[in-house]
Amino acid sequence: MTETHSSLNFDTGWQYAPAPESTEHIQIDKQYKLFINGEFSAPQQGKYFTTSNPATEEKLSRIAQAGKSDVNRAVRAARNAYEQTWSKMPSKERAKYIFRIARAIQERAREFSVIETLDGGKPIRESRDIDIPLAAAHFFYYAGWADKLKYAFPGAQVKPLGVAGQIIPWNFPLLMAAWKIAPALACGNTVVIKPAETTSLSALKLAELFQDIDLPPGVVNIVTGDSSTGAALVEHPDVDKIAFTGSTSVGKQIMHSIAGSHKKYSLELGGKAANIVFADAPIDQAVEGIVNAIFFNQGHVCCAGSRLLVQESVAEELCFKLRERMQTLILGDPLDKNTDIGAINSKVQLDKIQSYINIGIDEGGQIYQSSAKLPNKGYWCPPTIFTGMAQSNRLVQEEIFGPVLAIQSFRTASEAIDKANNTAYGLSGGVWTDKGSKIFKVTSALRAGVIWANTFNKFDPASPFGGYKESGMGREGGIQGLSTYLSMELSNDA
Amino acid sequence: MTPKSKAQDKSNTNKARTRVSKTYKLFIAGKFPRTESGRYYAFTAQSAGSSFKANICTSSRKDFRNAVVAARSVQKSWAAASACLRGQILYRLAEILEDRRDQFIGELILQGASIKHANKEVDASIDRLVYYAGWSDKYQQIFSNVNPVSSSHFNFSILEPTGVVAILPPAAEENQCGLLGMISNIAPAIVGGNTCVFLTNEKQPLTAISFAEVIQASDVPGGVVNILTGSNVELMALFASHKDVNSLVHMEKSLEDNKKIQELASENLKRVICRSEMRWHENIAESPYMIEETQEVKTTWHPIGN
Amino acid sequence: MATMAISKSKLPDLSKIKPVDEIGVNERVERFCTRSIKNEAKNTALKLTLSMIDLTTLEGQDTPGKVKQLCQKAIHLHSSLPGLPSVAAVCVYPTMIGTAREALKNHDIRIASVATAFPSGMSTRSVKLMETKYAVSEGADEIDMVISRGAMLAGEYSAVFDEIAAIKEACGTAHLKVILETGELGTLDRVRKASELAIHAGADFIKTSTGKIQPAATMQTTLVMLQAIRDHYHATGNKVGMKPAGGISTSKLAIHYLVMLRETLGNDWLTPALFRFGASSLANDVLMQLQRQTDGLYQSPDYFSKD
Repeated sequence: MTETHSSLNFDTGWQYAPAPESTEHIQIDKQYKLFINGEFSAPQQGKYFTTSNPATEEKLSRIAQAGKSDVNRAVRAARNAYEQTWSKMPSKERAKYIFRIARAIQERAREFSVIETLDGGKPIRESRDIDIPLAAAHFFYYAGWADKLKYAFPGAQVKPLGVAGQIIPWNFPLLMAAWKIAPALACGNTVVIKPAETTSLSALKLAELFQDIDLPPGVVNIVTGDSSTGAALVEHPDVDKIAFTGSTSVGKQIMHSIAGSHKKYSLELGGKAANIVFADAPIDQAVEGIVNAIFFNQGHVCCAGSRLLVQESVAEELCFKLRERMQTLILGDPLDKNTDIGAINSKVQLDKIQSYINIGIDEGGQIYQSSAKLPNKGYWCPPTIFTGMAQSNRLVQEEIFGPVLAIQSFRTASEAIDKANNTAYGLSGGVWTDKGSKIFKVTSALRAGVIWANTFNKFDPASPFGGYKESGMGREGGIQGLSTYLSMELSNDA
Repeated sequence: MTPKSKAQDKSNTNKARTRVSKTYKLFIAGKFPRTESGRYYAFTAQSAGSSFKANICTSSRKDFRNAVVAARSVQKSWAAASACLRGQILYRLAEILEDRRDQFIGELILQGASIKHANKEVDASIDRLVYYAGWSDKYQQIFSNVNPVSSSHFNFSILEPTGVVAILPPAAEENQCGLLGMISNIAPAIVGGNTCVFLTNEKQPLTAISFAEVIQASDVPGGVVNILTGSNVELMALFASHKDVNSLVHMEKSLEDNKKIQELASENLKRVICRSEMRWHENIAESPYMIEETQEVKTTWHPIGN
Repeated sequence: MATMAISKSKLPDLSKIKPVDEIGVNERVERFCTRSIKNEAKNTALKLTLSMIDLTTLEGQDTPGKVKQLCQKAIHLHSSLPGLPSVAAVCVYPTMIGTAREALKNHDIRIASVATAFPSGMSTRSVKLMETKYAVSEGADEIDMVISRGAMLAGEYSAVFDEIAAIKEACGTAHLKVILETGELGTLDRVRKASELAIHAGADFIKTSTGKIQPAATMQTTLVMLQAIRDHYHATGNKVGMKPAGGISTSKLAIHYLVMLRETLGNDWLTPALFRFGASSLANDVLMQLQRQTDGLYQSPDYFSKD
């Protein structure tokens, strides 16, 4: 690239007209109760909290706040269902229920997509093309495992654990519910799941779906609420397994609080993934990959490529192209089918992201933000990048969980690997180069659970997901996703 | 006096010479340092009629720290060694152990085992090394997979070592497996490319340090296995809390110890593997799943295009 | 003459060309296709599409009669819809230029002609130059040449480059569109390389296909060519045009192309001066859509003239 850098015009002339997804067919009740033992049941203390649309700050519904006694009821229902129904049911029959769930989600995909976008602020394109189809695919994948578990563990016999307590985050509400519920049920466990406080609606819609498909009562129970509800579930003595997706600090608290108990646990936590672009990379696809790595779902992604390591000889060209690409990202109404960047999930999260942007500026980074106009209402953050970052900067070290990218340069592969691994996290990473042998060298050297070569942020139910080091333990997805929901016994037969 | 083989005993008494007794030191980074703390405890023979005595190092927190540094510094290169080579090195351990079986039988007896049990334990220990030597280039094939994803990507999952594995000892009271219990925990960790720091039980230090000599005499690179003697009670918290340890293997039965270990391990989200129910002499005490326990799954996506 | 041309333009440093990842390109294209273009944005896009069409007939059975009728279509797209733009050009074989010129007299529609032993390009340099000069002398405003795919595949890049430069020289004031025939190039990497050669050798437009080879235009190859144009613009400030040709027969697909064009090269390229569709049946599909936008009814092809 030479010095000329003539820039493109995206501002004048033909623009896309609004193309909002219709909400006419969506039924959201004024108030939602807890889903326990196959029925909607009021919280015993009668408390509810408001859930709202982060793009408009409009109130959507009221959600029950489950207290300890409600969690008790839910666990009891799950235990009964486990003992009386689910663990006794032939695995082939169990499988068919899970297949039914997959199919029912597909049938109601549009409805789920709109609700996910209304409640969480993510672009409808993503909920429609990624979240919901993947959620259905996850159930479909694990349904098939239910009657084949013995083939997954050669030389061993496996048994379900019992009642699984599951806590999921707000960034992919239905998808995370699917990641948790599908393998748990396939392995023969019953479930008590707690959605994130700001995004309970799709889980409650899922509860309606469970009723529709006649899932036996108590097999999945949904307790909505804040962190106290989660804590009650984690600490409940009759829960056999805790599956958590969320922040590393809460993951540590959970591991600490269930210490000494019999509870098995799997944790899917934070990350600070490095996306490494070599000079010989397919550069236009790398730009796209970087955009997908950090701006997908407003950067509310634990495996987001929030660090960009770019080889010095192409750094200027790459950053130029990235800035230009950022200008074409459409920010706005999440329900608009053309929206690329939706709303930040909550005021709290927006404040956190903003504070990190200020830190980046204070630390001397050069900020660039897309010039997208922010709506007046709701919580918004334009796509943001910082160049001139170093390992010592907080933007390079700490998970922001927003559309903020820290860019550093490097000279050699070993330097890139050292920088990429120089973190307490180890969830994911990206490598961009056209050279096959280099891909294997670098992907092997990265200490992270999911590595994308010449791509980023790809998910599939058959592909295990989870981190090294402080990014968690255990895997979700694939054959590896089974073992955290089973106990294994070996026999002494030689 | 060491009850080695009868022949040795006889030759010693016949010549009425003064026996040269061994100084039991620590094994860190392939060397045998004394504890930096200068502390020791006296070990006396548990077998009837033996007057054997030894001063055993009481490892300090600094010794442990040094051991972790040693383990960390060679972990990458050990993991990079070919699976076949790691297998041969483990097999080499078995060869040398077989060669020194009498020494280990003697030390097991000093640690309180019956002759019968000692023989059986040494046999089982050698066999266990051979067992894991054979897994070196196979466990990856058992646990790896190509994942049929829906997009145009070649997607595969493989195992990689977690890194540094700290191993707290089985209690001495549990079926007297000073040697077998140690080998059963070290072998699956290192065959998978981890390096380790092993703390031996206070009552079973002889076989541990002698096994360190076997390690040194084999082709195991210095630092891959580090062996400490000392107090489990004193070091347990350090093992569990050290932030550069990736996995912790322990065999604690008590609820209190389990709780404490996991609480401390949560600080850096160490993988905690409890093997308190293991009966080391049985076949179920060896399996590729024990290798898998100190492994991470790495999944890689690669486009299939032109 | 050829040597003169080479002295003006310079063979690009092909080692600096970045590789292209096919799957990444596919994914980007999928994203363009998810754009939802509605209402007035759709109307604008449809009219823009019409104005960008090179209405084409390139058949062995072409006759003056056929070409005259095609020109009538170019002039009278659909009389029941007032205010329509006319197509950008008609595209014919060299022997039909005269007929087209006569038919389009007093109309602001350009005449494009293929040349250089279209579609295979399997002839000598001198024959190609002669044919080009003939077409220009017959009154072609635009020359659509084909590159030598054989030379491209054999790695004889300077031969490809020299030939384009020579034809450019022969075009004089006529605009040169360089057809890469991407369906015969095999990889997107080669599409990118051929784009660079053509741009550096002086192409006013680069064009995907002759329409005689499958696959003809695809969004993937077009994207790679647009990116080459963009990078050239970044480096030099010069704007090269783009013409996907063959296989674009629905307005829906045409709008996807326009979305891709807009998001890759910006709005300055949304003009027939810099973007064309080489197509024969696209126009009527666009007209049907425009009619529907006007009266709200789904249309039948029977109501739209086919020439």
